[in-house]
Amino acid sequence: MTTPPLVEQLTQKASLVSAVVRPVASMDEAMAYVADVCLGKEACQILASGCDAPLSDTAEALCQTKQEKIICAPEMPAEAMATLTALCDEKGISLITSGMRSRLGGIDIGLTMAVAGIAETGTVVVRSMSEEVRLASMVAEIHIAVLPASTIVADSYALEPQLVAWMGQPDYTAFVTGPSRTADIERVLALGVHGPLELHILILEDK
Amino acid sequence: MQDATTLKAYRAQLRDALDNDFQRQALDKFAVAYRASRANAFAGIDAPELIAEIAAAKDVAIDQLEELFAEFKRHAEAAGTKVHLAATAHEANEIIARIAKENGVKTIVKSKSMTAEETHLNDHLEGQGFEVTETDLGEWIIQLRHEGPTHMVMPAIHLSRYQVADLFSEVTNQKQEVDIQKLVKVARRELRPKFCQADMGISGANFAIAATGTIGIITNEGNGRLTTTLPRVHVALAGIDKLMPSLHDALRIIRCLPKNATGQAITSYVTWVTGAVPCEVGPEGKKVKHVVFLDNGRMAMAKDPEFKQVLRCIRCGACANVCPIYRLVGGHKYGHVYIGAIGLVATYFFHGREKAKNLVQNCLNCGACKAVCAAGIDLPTLIKEVHARIQDEEGHPAYSTAVGQVLKNRTLFHTMLKSARLLQKPITGGTPYLRHLPMFLFKDQEFRALPAIADEAFRDRWEKIKPRVTDAKLKVALFSGCVQDFIYPEQMEAAVTVMASKKGVAMEFPKGQSCCGLPLLMMGEKKAGRELAAHNMNAIDAQDFDYIVTMCASCASYLKHGYKRLFADDPAMTYKASQFAHRVIDFSSFVHDVLGISEADFAGPDKKVTYHAPCHLCRGMGVTEAPRALLREAGLDYLPAEEEDVCCGFGGSFSVKFPELSKELLGKKLANLKATGATAMATDCPGCIMQIRGGFEQEKTPFEVRHVAEYLAERLKRK
Ligand code: SF4
Ligand code: SF4
Repeated sequence: MTTPPLVEQLTQKASLVSAVVRPVASMDEAMAYVADVCLGKEACQILASGCDAPLSDTAEALCQTKQEKIICAPEMPAEAMATLTALCDEKGISLITSGMRSRLGGIDIGLTMAVAGIAETGTVVVRSMSEEVRLASMVAEIHIAVLPASTIVADSYALEPQLVAWMGQPDYTAFVTGPSRTADIERVLALGVHGPLELHILILEDK
Repeated sequence: MQDATTLKAYRAQLRDALDNDFQRQALDKFAVAYRASRANAFAGIDAPELIAEIAAAKDVAIDQLEELFAEFKRHAEAAGTKVHLAATAHEANEIIARIAKENGVKTIVKSKSMTAEETHLNDHLEGQGFEVTETDLGEWIIQLRHEGPTHMVMPAIHLSRYQVADLFSEVTNQKQEVDIQKLVKVARRELRPKFCQADMGISGANFAIAATGTIGIITNEGNGRLTTTLPRVHVALAGIDKLMPSLHDALRIIRCLPKNATGQAITSYVTWVTGAVPCEVGPEGKKVKHVVFLDNGRMAMAKDPEFKQVLRCIRCGACANVCPIYRLVGGHKYGHVYIGAIGLVATYFFHGREKAKNLVQNCLNCGACKAVCAAGIDLPTLIKEVHARIQDEEGHPAYSTAVGQVLKNRTLFHTMLKSARLLQKPITGGTPYLRHLPMFLFKDQEFRALPAIADEAFRDRWEKIKPRVTDAKLKVALFSGCVQDFIYPEQMEAAVTVMASKKGVAMEFPKGQSCCGLPLLMMGEKKAGRELAAHNMNAIDAQDFDYIVTMCASCASYLKHGYKRLFADDPAMTYKASQFAHRVIDFSSFVHDVLGISEADFAGPDKKVTYHAPCHLCRGMGVTEAPRALLREAGLDYLPAEEEDVCCGFGGSFSVKFPELSKELLGKKLANLKATGATAMATDCPGCIMQIRGGFEQEKTPFEVRHVAEYLAERLKRK
């Protein structure tokens, strides 16, 4: 099968901004990927990049609240959750769907469904009225977004009618392009300032 | 934060800034890297078209701010947001403090907001006992250092990793390593508890969409998302100019802003928030949500035909990125709160004349800012306009008025020049330069040799050299400008020779012409400048000629674009000025595009020549190809120099007022020219020649610096 041009463009553009992009043939494959990434990752990636760095007492205390491996998947479809729950049970990963406010010290993976993709910039659009979705995708060290291929549009203008419809009532929607980043010290790029250190986009073949 | 009270004190601060080696290097590196990454980011996109669309859409919005405010308020309030309008900075701060009190707030986290910097919101809130923490990494660093930002997008660009490591060691009471990746993680972990504890989040808003009452926030770090999510209260503070009719307007700006700011295709996060969204810790599980719009003079500005374009600004910071002065002295000395070209203008409006009066003089009028502005704002003109307004308000300095009086009276001016020629004899020592400069007149000018006035002005040679044309096909008026008329008449003669090599070019030198008037604009003498412009348009009756050709890039761009603006309020004169402007053309374009001189017309030995692109030609006139093509066609081996289109530091009276800056820019220019391996340089502006030739002469480097016309004339095949 040849890759449709929008998928190709999104993949290329997202990769340019350090996102990891993978095609997945099914939701089951996506969930298996999530569990694998969680298992394969180091206990706390912040560790690798500075947990040994001494902190002030308050910051140190908050960091201590996270002990086990955790995936938070607040608003995933029921079927996918069933698969993921089985995988997590098997691998000893704790899977939660809420309670992010008591996990602000950090979790390993925040899993969300993207509502759209923008090929031109390699962006995923995450609609997050639910606070759990917002927090899971920000507090996690790795944010994994499942993006149905059929929702990818060429540019932001193509998404306009949909966005405007959402904005007709209280709404919180984000364009997410790559992981959280900064260049505030000497213009040197550093990933994972306040949000995730990694963004993985799983493009789900749904056509 | 620039706040010197006198020009002398300001200059002393500038000298200090020049000694800041780290900042100099950081900004140099950035200026070069930015140019490439911006070009890269816009590859395949018609940037000028996008910018024109943004400007047009902003203009529409600026004309209906009141209606947009009402519409925004209606939609936002229907969705549970309270909307406020603050007339002044103080009122905005008070509104926010009141919201904090009413909600029992103790601690506050903030994501980046230039508007909050404008109102000095942190000081106000801290004064009332609230604990405020900036969460953008750069903003947090400068907050801890108790200083203002030095760039709108990269607030801590002036600091080194060592300084940040020291600062973080102090904050954590633990020794921190000098490793940027680790320092960023330290900030992440130190700030996370602040987010958790905060009762209120304050953000800016890049966009306020009237049709839905939505705000849009762009960030890279993700702190904007946490600031608007974790605390139970969210207040967004935005200038009222951030209102726009529809989402489309915002999406359009997003296509441009990150690319123009840092060469990034889009920021990591664009967050759209409409109304009071769910919040577990908020009353009834909802966020307490407020949007505060700040007027602070913006509504009045929106009605000012000249300055309303200031409100188009989307705060991308690009006008600082490309500014040669910003690159030398950094943001603390090149703005008060707002920085760079827009800062020079905005300071006057938002922070007052006192803060603006010295700053606004520190501009080369090089046009680099205007050429990259995301909103198409004519920044150099507005800077000069602010300068003129300040002089009108405070009274003009005596020297400035005196120059105005002399320049607008051609006979007086020219008589003075001629007597100066007689008086200069003792100080030229028989060379074409002034030796032993009278120090009271030329303080700190020793970094370049200044030329002497020529023995015979071009105007006095004209009758002798005027080509007789019988069969006139093109009628051309020559406009010499003062420098070529009185200092470098040989450049004019060369130009005449080149143009006369084509049949049917009938040239005239209308004797009544005088200085183009640009020096007066540079000095803030707008009124005298208008009189001078009117004088020149009388001296050269545009209708009599097909073209008005000038060899001086600065005169050319001023005659072509400046005159029309001078008479914007006078329809008859505007018409006259556009008739005039329509015919004005620079020498290289005239010879290359109109006369069509080609390789067959030239002969001569191989010669390596580099080029300097005068600001007023490459940006002012938009001419980049003609002079380079002419050099090649004349058989010269043209070797491009690095940063060919960066200002040489002349800037007319700028170099007299800020010699320490002019010297640095000249030094860079000379180094780049020498690095080409050529020992000759061509350019299209006698001002640049004066500066660059004087620089080489001073450092005793043999380097030929001449006008394009001179190179062409010497290689022209004799017929
Ligand atoms: S005209 Fe040149 S010197 Fe003046 S603000 Fe713009 S870029 Fe800076
Ligand atoms: S004036 Fe133009 S270039 Fe400068 S910050 Fe504003 S939009 Fe950007």
